[in-house]
Amino acid sequence: MKIIVLMKEVPDTYGERTLDLETGLLNRSASEPVLDEITERALEVALSHRDGNANTEVVLLTVGPDGTLPATLRKGLAMGADRAVHVHDPALLGADLTLTAQVIAAASKHIGFDLVIAGNASTDGGGGALPAMLAELLGVAGLASLGTVVLDELTASGSCNTEYDSFEATIDLPGVISVTEALPDARFPNFKGIMAAKKKPFETLDLAQLGITLGEETARSIVIAAAQRPARNAGIRIEDAGDAGDQIAEFLAQNQLIKGRSA
Amino acid sequence: MTGYPANPILVLVDVSLSGELRSGAAELIGAATSVGTAVALALAPSGNSERLGTELAALGASQVLIAETEELSSSVVVPTVDALSAAAAIVKPEAVLASNSIRGRDATARFAARSGSALAVDAVGITRDEEGVIAHHSVYGGAYLVDSAASTGPLVITLRQGSSDLRAEALQPNIQLLQVDPSGTPDATITSYRETVAASSRPELRGADIVVSGGRGLGSGENFTLVEGLADALGGAIGASRAAVDAGYVPPAMQVGQTGVTVAPQLYIALGISGAIQHRAGMQTSKTIIAINKDPDAPIFEIADFGVVGDIFTVVPQLVAAIESRRG
Repeated sequence: MKIIVLMKEVPDTYGERTLDLETGLLNRSASEPVLDEITERALEVALSHRDGNANTEVVLLTVGPDGTLPATLRKGLAMGADRAVHVHDPALLGADLTLTAQVIAAASKHIGFDLVIAGNASTDGGGGALPAMLAELLGVAGLASLGTVVLDELTASGSCNTEYDSFEATIDLPGVISVTEALPDARFPNFKGIMAAKKKPFETLDLAQLGITLGEETARSIVIAAAQRPARNAGIRIEDAGDAGDQIAEFLAQNQLIKGRSA
Repeated sequence: MTGYPANPILVLVDVSLSGELRSGAAELIGAATSVGTAVALALAPSGNSERLGTELAALGASQVLIAETEELSSSVVVPTVDALSAAAAIVKPEAVLASNSIRGRDATARFAARSGSALAVDAVGITRDEEGVIAHHSVYGGAYLVDSAASTGPLVITLRQGSSDLRAEALQPNIQLLQVDPSGTPDATITSYRETVAASSRPELRGADIVVSGGRGLGSGENFTLVEGLADALGGAIGASRAAVDAGYVPPAMQVGQTGVTVAPQLYIALGISGAIQHRAGMQTSKTIIAINKDPDAPIFEIADFGVVGDIFTVVPQLVAAIESRRG
């Protein structure tokens, strides 16, 4: 089985993340780039399947600017993926979900796949829409936000907890699945993996090689304004001198925040 | 075919397998009505159309399209995408609006890809200008406000649950059954199913007016009764920090933050939560923030309107008693 895992480079959530207010785009230089943790969990799903099924190939696929991304993606190879494909093209700067999905669909066809595994939503864009868009563009079945995953050569199954219900479902391959944080943590790359990663195939593609030409008339989601919300300021702060509970109640009452039980 | 009103906004509402409306419909129709005319779309087993149509009109839908289907118990998403395609073909909407729920997002994402439309996810509000519908987003935990629009064609939007207070006036029912041609797109097959029963009478975390959250400072899952007591005294929902979830005190569904639920209530009370950026990203747009933490250097105090450096196990019981006595 050939598994493509979608990987994303994101700004580390432990640092401050900033937008360029002129373009509405992420300031990539302002924060530490890391592999999105959820995409590492997606990779772990693929690697654990390969652990028990030696005839499995795990291919990393990412879209994003040159720069730090190739080095960031090496971690996925060090964890154990067989090879990596990186799509980058200056025309992709500011690409919306629709264009990104088109690019990933074209690259997935270029690589060939039985299964594509993604994280359910990235920590920076947080859209959670791309796996479904990809499945539609590829004309295959999809299962989003899986909390458990069972793979065999012909099917992918798992459970999904939505806001209202929970269900188990299965798809016939080829297909696209996305996984949540309920899946196990990713393995750490060991020294052997890190050394091996340097020799693994790393393919770079641009839009022309994928046969994608950008049309002016294509519908795109565009940023028309970006602003920074004024920073919150600290208000009152007290040390508890035995009456802090009463003081908070007083504060709540002054702000009309104590209501009836049915409110 | 009846004519469609100006500026139609096609609204996909979430319906249970048995044909009951989910909670987000009023919010979606209210938001849609603020920028155009709401045309609601619901998928349900046959026999529910009249009732659903009446309920949706009462929420302000000028027209209700019902796609009758018996496939909802076996197919995950494709029937909904096919219905959206059929509805959009006749309504020619200026925008398509759905809840940013897992299912709403799944269906609209596929619909946007199928129709080649621009997609704006997790909007916290919509408005319009002379060129069309604009989606407003609150990104990086509310640190930035970003507006997006479609370069051409309808904008497909998912609206964050609980983000909009707008509600529309009731209208007379105008119900139409929608004919849907199956696309034949492969879909996932449901093999087992259950409704998630709300386990308590407390409000849902998402969309609650008041949220009381507990962190690692609680020390154990049993001690979360402290959080529950304060939440119940205020009529609020219960949340938790990632640290509390990772420590196993409470289930992941209660996690507020970057990787959990984003909330923006009138009042947010953080108990024993240090306030890591990841947590703040999920709650810092709350109107009023109160924090109690024994560490005076906890970053949560930087954004708290009222901060108490103290022991939650003494302050909170006193606070609950004071609230009860004030309510009388």
